Amino acid sequence: MNKNILGILGLFIFIFGFTALSNENFLSAYNLQNLLKWSSLYAIMGIGVAFVIITGGIDLSIGSVIGLVASLMALMVKSAWDPLVAVLVLIGLSLGIGLVHGLLVTKMKLQPFVVTLCGLLFYRGISRWATDNQSMGYGDTATLNSLFSGKLAIGSFGLPAPFFFLVVVAVLAAIFLNRTIWGRYLLALGNNEKGARYSGIGTDRLKITAYVICSFLAGLSGLLFAYELDSVQPAQTGEFYELYAIAAAVLGGCSLRGGQGTILGVIIAAAVIRLLRNSINLLGISTHLEYAIIGMVILCGVSTDEIIKRVVAKRRAAK
Amino acid sequence: MEVAQTPLLDVTALEKQFPGVRALHNVDLTLNRGEVLAVVGENGAGKSTLMKILAGVHTPNAGTIRIEGREVRIQSVRDAQAHGIALIHQELNLAGNLDIAANIFLGIEPHTAGFIDSGQIHAKAAGHLKRVGLDFPTDTLVADLTIGHQQLVEIAKALSVDARIIIMDEPTSSLSQTESETLFKVVHDLRSQGISIIYISHRLGEVMVLADRVVVLRDGENAGELAREQISHNAMVKLMVGRDLSQFYQRNTTEPGSVVIEAENLRTPAHPRIGLSFSVREGEIVGIAGLVGAGRTELLETLFGVTPAVGGTLKIAGKVVHPKTPLEAIQFGIVLAPEDRKQHGLILEMSVRENASLPRLRMDQKAGAIDFGAEIEVATEMVKKMDIKTPGLEQVVQYLSGGNQQKVVLGKWLAMKPRLLLLDEPTRGIDVGSKQEIYRLMEELAAGGVAILFVSSEMEEVLGMADRALVMHEGVITGELARDQLSEEAVMQLATGNKAAA
Ligand SMILES: Nc1ncnc2c1ncn2[C@@H]1O[C@H](COP(=O)(O)OP(=O)(O)OP(=O)(O)O)[C@@H](O)[C@H]1O
Ligand SMILES: [Mg+2]
Repeated sequence: MNKNILGILGLFIFIFGFTALSNENFLSAYNLQNLLKWSSLYAIMGIGVAFVIITGGIDLSIGSVIGLVASLMALMVKSAWDPLVAVLVLIGLSLGIGLVHGLLVTKMKLQPFVVTLCGLLFYRGISRWATDNQSMGYGDTATLNSLFSGKLAIGSFGLPAPFFFLVVVAVLAAIFLNRTIWGRYLLALGNNEKGARYSGIGTDRLKITAYVICSFLAGLSGLLFAYELDSVQPAQTGEFYELYAIAAAVLGGCSLRGGQGTILGVIIAAAVIRLLRNSINLLGISTHLEYAIIGMVILCGVSTDEIIKRVVAKRRAAK
Repeated sequence: MEVAQTPLLDVTALEKQFPGVRALHNVDLTLNRGEVLAVVGENGAGKSTLMKILAGVHTPNAGTIRIEGREVRIQSVRDAQAHGIALIHQELNLAGNLDIAANIFLGIEPHTAGFIDSGQIHAKAAGHLKRVGLDFPTDTLVADLTIGHQQLVEIAKALSVDARIIIMDEPTSSLSQTESETLFKVVHDLRSQGISIIYISHRLGEVMVLADRVVVLRDGENAGELAREQISHNAMVKLMVGRDLSQFYQRNTTEPGSVVIEAENLRTPAHPRIGLSFSVREGEIVGIAGLVGAGRTELLETLFGVTPAVGGTLKIAGKVVHPKTPLEAIQFGIVLAPEDRKQHGLILEMSVRENASLPRLRMDQKAGAIDFGAEIEVATEMVKKMDIKTPGLEQVVQYLSGGNQQKVVLGKWLAMKPRLLLLDEPTRGIDVGSKQEIYRLMEELAAGGVAILFVSSEMEEVLGMADRALVMHEGVITGELARDQLSEEAVMQLATGNKAAA
């Protein structure tokens, strides 16, 4: 398991070191704080989709769920909802969305790709309709501040709020996946759903749980994004984020065939993706190349992984 | 034949090492033209590994392979094909959505500028089909064929690449009696056409009928060889296990206890109009005999909650229950070792430890947390008790031999201490030694009060192990035979739907 993480960790250290040596601004507290913040947000989404990917499914609706949650939050703040109630309602909504996805996939036996693709379109459409496709801000509310800001200062360096959320999410997710029977069941069903069912595992319920976790974490990131960005563009907020999340999961060692994945790997991979954007900016590479570079790095990452696996297998065999 | 003294195939000092497992050591093998060579040995003896090396799936660590006296290196399946070697895997590799002709020529389609020459394909395919005695139109979809016929298509496919050596790895393990007989005839025909065949099987009866010579492997090494006139059941077994296996079936029937399971007019989704009634008592071993497709697997799957019953009643220890999922069935004390262990019985990518503990995790949990100590204990005990050959608890079950995989399946259920043990073809693909162990285990469990219901297509097994047999035909239980009524004729009569004769 740890071998899988080594590759991606090496990649992270390499890009980190390279950028730090090339541009002194990189190591500034402001930049690192930003990097940590955004990496954490990406990692939270990535962990969510990792659960679905481990079951052999996929969730394409993450970005739209983020957009929906951010838009509705703005609307609720505008109509003077109690912020805490609003947050709870939106978390409930995210859980409900995951539940619907899970039910459609397990009970209606629809393909995850199709279900969540429709979700991607549907939630985005609803966001735009509900807000009349107008950008909105959040004003200033004390409760939201207390919920989502809280920076912990270490010298001049303030640890951003999303990082704390990530730590909690990551610890819980890792325990769930590696230490509980449900995590084991999830891995088993990802490898062989029928075999898991014949072993007395309630496979449908577990799959539904995975979708619920994924949408919940998407909703949570939606709230965090809303707070960080301080405004929402219903047509754009969260767009493409599902792809970053999936990329982080895959680069972090999840197999799209299901049955494989580590939480730590996903977190590092999310950081790599954010780090790349940061480096491209700082190193003065044309930002138009950003997507191309991220695409190439992910491709190289998964290829290297595959090569390492084969070499390891050969070495083991030779022993 | 005497013209060429050199054998067609000559393998010497072959070595194959897998991580933690020495699969082959110093193995020799020769094969002559037009010979049917049987290779037998216990589970994990290395038979499949040897064949996969010949077919280019694995590469050996050392040793030489000579074909017609010339040393060759077989690095890929393509190399093997070029040397005229074709392996028919136990798991068939046909594309069900394509027709027979397309399957036979898959990857080697005659074409002009990329356009497939259909006429030629069908004409040639028809010729190959004839050689294997399969008389279907070449545009029949493979998915519409029975497994037996699909196997013949595989053989036709081998012929289409001019294979001189056809290797069959446990070809009859999922065939019905009649399908097997067709296959034997094809093997005979191929031999008379000068094609050499290597035949792997755990069914020694078949080997005696077919083989010109038998090579025995044990623990990855040559254990001996038997010429045609030396071949006998006992001689093979002795070489395979290194000891005599007398007293193969040891059923000491005891007085059965109270009724564990009772079905009344139970109707399965496969045959919704047919009601099935039967019961099994504590300590009783009941066999279900019948031909392939008689609805036996469907019955077990209904009892196990995979395909819930559509009518009738099922009582466990007098209480009416209705298992709708395997999970519910397990909670009633019903477990199933399924027919298809790779798909249903195991999580192939997981380790021996993880497979062994899977059903038990729920019981040993502490607030949802896996009890890793208990898990290792369960797995260790299983490996010891079932005598599973594995380099360790962390070995991925995919890499265990068939018999050892089956032991893992049984082991994980026995750790659950079931009341009713359902076994679907419990010894399919399992060597004689392990077979006897499984029978001993059944006997032991029954003595401990477990009710056992097993499906078997091997007549001997039903006759040897069952206290009582239910015989099924096209979804109907056509009869029930007590131990003193059990005979091959009686079972066959009922299995073919001949109710009156019983
Ligand atoms: N790919 C692999 N990786 C690791 N070990 C393997 C692999 N394939 C086979 N083995 C091991 O090599 C040994 C020989 O296995 P093999 O499948 O050749 O046995 P077999 O004689 O065909 O048994 P069976 O009758 O059960 O099919 C076994 O111990 C098995 O666990
Ligand atoms: Mg084998």
